[in-house]
Amino acid sequence: MKALMFLGCTVPVRNLNYELSARKVAARLGLELVDDPALACCGFPLKGTDQAAALTVAARALAQAAEHGLPLVSLCSACAAHLAEAEHRLKADPEAAAAVNERLAGVGLAYRPGVRVTHFMRFLLSEVGLEAIKARMVRDLSGFTFAPHYGCHYLKPSEALEGLDDPEDPQSLARLIQATGARALMHPSLKECCGGGVLGVDEELAGRMAGAKLKELGAAQVTALALVCPFCNVMYEGQQKKIAKSLETKLAVPVVYLTQVLGLGLGMSPEELGLGLNRVKPKELLQAMAG
Amino acid sequence: MRLNDGDPGFKHQVAAEPGGAGLKACFACAACTARCPVAGHLPEYDPRRIIRLTLLGRREEVLASPLIWRCSACYSCAEVCPQQVRFTDVLTAIKNLAARAGCAPPAARAGASLLAKHGRLLPVGEFENEKRAKLGLPAVEERPQDFQRLLGMAPEGREPGEGPA
Repeated sequence: MKALMFLGCTVPVRNLNYELSARKVAARLGLELVDDPALACCGFPLKGTDQAAALTVAARALAQAAEHGLPLVSLCSACAAHLAEAEHRLKADPEAAAAVNERLAGVGLAYRPGVRVTHFMRFLLSEVGLEAIKARMVRDLSGFTFAPHYGCHYLKPSEALEGLDDPEDPQSLARLIQATGARALMHPSLKECCGGGVLGVDEELAGRMAGAKLKELGAAQVTALALVCPFCNVMYEGQQKKIAKSLETKLAVPVVYLTQVLGLGLGMSPEELGLGLNRVKPKELLQAMAG
Repeated sequence: MRLNDGDPGFKHQVAAEPGGAGLKACFACAACTARCPVAGHLPEYDPRRIIRLTLLGRREEVLASPLIWRCSACYSCAEVCPQQVRFTDVLTAIKNLAARAGCAPPAARAGASLLAKHGRLLPVGEFENEKRAKLGLPAVEERPQDFQRLLGMAPEGREPGEGPA
């Protein structure tokens, strides 16, 4: 199975460990990811002030994907949901599609309905399948506990996504963690929002939102929090020190990408998976992998 | 609050924006507010109240409120609403109107000028691509021209006709 990789703005600059581990896992599982340097922003950051502009920028990416004739696979949950929503809306609204195409003509592109947009994790589940992923595991991670964080746009808005999971009772990421033999921690803030969406306008509020989960997981002493979105990473890893300070508490919750957990299960080394780039490192896990 | 002071046209204006029409279906059950992760940490942020104020025509109060920019766009409210109001989308419609009225905070406006300048939110240059190459990752590029054309903006993020660079 072949797909077009949609890196978005944040991952290729700030989250090389996520990108690296996702590419390695995809290759090991027989998925081919094609790159196109012309792909850039999904348009989501424009939505609050100008949805027409946000839709046009999304349609640019959809038109580029259509030229490749490949599904668009995103590592960022916000990009995946915004592009899927744009496809959902443009497909149902020929007038909106015509308006967007007028603007796209200026850059030599045309939107046509029918591009599949998916998140990298859903792509693994739909194209390889949980059982086949489990069958490829060579290293047993039992004894470790990861807290899956679904985040918002991996699951919602559900009508524009692929129905692979239930937003009120999500299971897919826990099952991927369990495929490695590790335990997936159910926790009260399982479905909470990281707060990344309000970081720009209200850092203190965003910190309180992310802080609630970090405090919970600190008390639970998990091996690591496992993420599938670079915005969640900004909050839980990038802002962790600041959050601890503003909440006047101590926090040291290791944060990994779920692709890194899968990669370890598939027998890859922490170096190959970019674990050296993680800022709050899962020491216990890294020691066990070295031994 | 005198109900006659409201602007009866405001709700129609919001409903005419893409995603805004759900507003009129609200029966004020507050499922949105109960499920909202922001409201849990900031009680004055209340989706139901924003809908009521909009229906009552409190145009200035809604458009100038800093609270409308506190939505994290998580879509929880849209998932639990029994009336398919889709508050996230209704609020996007309201925020778009607020932006046109000049009420958007700088952080919300930053995206368009960054895209016009770099074609991405985070610039990529030699430094970033060297780091990527060391890890065996393909180079990424800045192609701002497409975004300048699509957004009708000059390279430094000014609107055309806003003066020389």
